[in-house]
Amino acid sequence: MTAIPLGHILTLAALLFSLGLVGVLTRRNVLIMLMSVEVMLNAVNLTLVGFSRYNAWTEGHVLAFFIIAVAAAEAAVGLALVLSVFRLKQTTYIDDLRLLKR
Amino acid sequence: MAAQIAFGLIAACMLSAGLLAVTSKNLVHSVLWLAVSLVATAALYVTLSAPFLAAMQIMLYTGGVITLMLFGVMLTDHRHDVGVLNASTRRLPGILAAGAVFGVLASAMLGVGMPAAPAQFDSSTAKLGALLFADHLVAFEALSVLLLAAMLGAIVLARRHDA
Repeated sequence: MTAIPLGHILTLAALLFSLGLVGVLTRRNVLIMLMSVEVMLNAVNLTLVGFSRYNAWTEGHVLAFFIIAVAAAEAAVGLALVLSVFRLKQTTYIDDLRLLKR
Repeated sequence: MAAQIAFGLIAACMLSAGLLAVTSKNLVHSVLWLAVSLVATAALYVTLSAPFLAAMQIMLYTGGVITLMLFGVMLTDHRHDVGVLNASTRRLPGILAAGAVFGVLASAMLGVGMPAAPAQFDSSTAKLGALLFADHLVAFEALSVLLLAAMLGAIVLARRHDA
C-alpha cells in the first residue's frame, strides 16, 4: 500500500490515541479505562509500523512487537489488581476507591 | 485506487469501533468493540507489509488481552451499572483535553516533509527473527523476564488470601 501517504496513517493513529485519552479521562470504570489504555498503545504501535514502512526500517517492527508484549503484561497485572480491589471494596468505579485519601 | 478504498474502510472500522468501545454503556459490548478495532488494526498492518505483526496482534491482543478483559468483566459484579453510570464524570473537560492533545500531534505533523514509501522493504519473518535474536537479544530476554514477572505478579495479586 504505497499509494497512501504517511500523513494519513499518522493522522489515523493520532485520532485513535485521542479517542483512548477521552476514554481514560471521561470513563469511571477501571476496566474501561484499562481498555482505553490498550487503544492508546495500539495507536502508538500503528505509528511505529507506519514509520518503519515508509523509512524501510524493520527495527520498528521489533519495537512494536515489544510494545504488544508489554501491553499484554500490563493487562494481566491490571486485571489482577482490579480483581483484588473488587474483592476488597465490591466496586470497579474509581470514585469509590479512595482508600489513600484519608 | 483499491488501496485508498481499503485504507478508508479499515480506518472507518477502526475509529468507529474504537469510539463505540470507549463510549458503550455495556461493558461486554465495549470489550467486543475493542476486539473489532484491534482486528482492523491487524488488517492495516497487513497492508503496511507487516504480516508477522498482524499475526501477533491477533494472537496476543484479540486472543489474549480481549479474553482477559472478558474474564475481568465476568469476575467483577456489574449489576449496579444501570443506575448511576458515570455519575461524577466531567465529560467536556476530558474531551477538550484529548482534543488539545490531538491538536498538538496534528500541528507537529503539519509542515513536515513526509517520506514517500520506498518500493523495497524487507519485513520478512526471517529478517525480524535475525533482528530479535541477534541484534536485540538482550532486550528480548529482558522481555521474557518481564512477562514471567507479570504472570507471577498477576497470580499472587488475584489469589484468594483466605483460602
